[in-house]
Amino acid sequence: MNIGVLIPLIIFLIAIFAIGFIASKQMGSGGSFLQDYFLGGRELGGFVLAMTMVATYGSASSFLGGPGTAYTVGFGWALLAMTQVVTGYFVLLVLGKKFAILSRRYDAVTMIDFLKARYNSPAVAILSAIAIIVFLFSAMTAQWVGGGRLIESLTGLSYTSALFIFAVSVLVYVTIGGFRAVALTDAVQGAIMVVGTLILLIGVIIAGGGIPAIMQDLLNENPRLVTPFGADGSLTAAYVSSFWILVGVGVVGLPQMVIRTMSYKSSRAMHRALAIGTIVTGFIMLNMHLIGIFARPVLPGIEVGDKVIPLIALEVLPPWLAGIVLAAPMAAIMSTVDSLLLLVSSAIVKDVYLNFIKPDAPEKKIKILSFGITGVLGIVVFLLALQPPDLLIFLNLFAFGGLEAAFIWPIVLGLYWKHGNKYGAFLSMLTGIGSYIAIHFYNQEYGNLLGVHTVTIPVVLSLLAYLLGSLAIKREPFRF
Amino acid sequence: MRPDTPNSPQSDQPKQDPRFKTAHKEAWIGVALAIFNFIWWFGFAYGLGGRPVEEYTYILGLPDWFFWSCVVGFILMSIITVVLAKFVLTDMPLDDDPTYHPNPPNFSDKPAQKGPKS
Repeated sequence: MNIGVLIPLIIFLIAIFAIGFIASKQMGSGGSFLQDYFLGGRELGGFVLAMTMVATYGSASSFLGGPGTAYTVGFGWALLAMTQVVTGYFVLLVLGKKFAILSRRYDAVTMIDFLKARYNSPAVAILSAIAIIVFLFSAMTAQWVGGGRLIESLTGLSYTSALFIFAVSVLVYVTIGGFRAVALTDAVQGAIMVVGTLILLIGVIIAGGGIPAIMQDLLNENPRLVTPFGADGSLTAAYVSSFWILVGVGVVGLPQMVIRTMSYKSSRAMHRALAIGTIVTGFIMLNMHLIGIFARPVLPGIEVGDKVIPLIALEVLPPWLAGIVLAAPMAAIMSTVDSLLLLVSSAIVKDVYLNFIKPDAPEKKIKILSFGITGVLGIVVFLLALQPPDLLIFLNLFAFGGLEAAFIWPIVLGLYWKHGNKYGAFLSMLTGIGSYIAIHFYNQEYGNLLGVHTVTIPVVLSLLAYLLGSLAIKREPFRF
Repeated sequence: MRPDTPNSPQSDQPKQDPRFKTAHKEAWIGVALAIFNFIWWFGFAYGLGGRPVEEYTYILGLPDWFFWSCVVGFILMSIITVVLAKFVLTDMPLDDDPTYHPNPPNFSDKPAQKGPKS
């Protein structure tokens, strides 16, 4: 592997390291340790908030899988990917100020703290903690595997050593720096994604002889590549539109996004973040998927979708520039993994240990435990990622949509509908996860039910369950 | 209101936190924006994109349906969110502050700053 590609990547890793370290020095300046470690002391500004939301959300799938699919499917997949623009403003506007105000009032450090205060029910808290720990733990492992594989393919190192490099870099800054380090490194990683995708897009367009020439090549190969219906005409409007739930508005229920909407400093930071977040998400997604489509005539015949971006970068850019560009998918994976690691750690320390095992633990013990659990979790994930067990891969399938179906209504309606109660929330979570798993198997066997993505029906069912539980079992309005 | 007793009867002021009214309005803006975004995206993608490929025209090299649905749609949403952030959404303190009133003469999130005559 070319040393010219490696140098920018190494510089990137060192820079991330340094930022994490600096962030850890800022800790402990007033406020409680838990708020500081798991929520950055609620002092994120607009830019960092926007970037940490975009970067946490944009994962291996947006940077490797998505463009790889666009390479095969054509413009239909870019259309699908652009449904994600909505996340930039929707999450912040809908959870919005009310969530920020209430989470401060309840002194909530995690999403479960909020649910616990809102529903006043240990059952809701336990079920949420289990869902978060199980699903996000498996999602995290899958991302680590992706990170290891990427380093492996870029450097030629063995998978084990590649994974080790990845694990060490993430673990150190997350463990010592907590949320602040995660958010700050996310901001840098997000900026790298913006610059990297722009450079690569320009490179691909030049290599393809301009957009009109590329378009002509695509039309000559298969005119369906430039339609919204996919290379084989199988992308239906209903299926693509259902991604508005999975990767668009449903993201409101993802714990890693929810936690960010309680971390900002002021309403002004939130306003800035929703504009910046929309622009950055749209820009990155548009660029990445256009790169995937345009790569097809430039570098035909790539079989494995995940390899499209690395291969095209090495093809059309000088090595040092390819190194900078390939730091982008690296950054995307790291910024997702670091957030998930901290989130799972907070679920164990705050939501399980402090809520149910030892509520009066002294500050010093909480501190040691937080560092300890984060570190141990990271090591366990590393060991599992060496040879991912089938169960984790299986659970990862439900991590995204399953959590959305579980949490979207307990969070959103819990925030705005005073009649929502613990029965509704509990039923809604059970229904969401249960029906997601059931419909997943149905769709695998018989094709998509009603022609839409798996997430759609569980989100509707969990809404019905929430309404039913809240209205039928016991009605008492909540006073916010 | 304490976190452990969110329904406690002693906090029986019937009036709602004045900030919530604004917050509710802004949440609805989010929903309306998403619906608008969806209609724009869907309408151009399948309205224009549903024609036979031979009838497509190309804008900046991109198929017209994609250009209008995803490129213009994205730019439009960006402009709308900037306008929202600058002119529509209301600044308010997020910590519980009993002295807060909606529509203050000149609220900023740096309360230390005082204008010459306020």
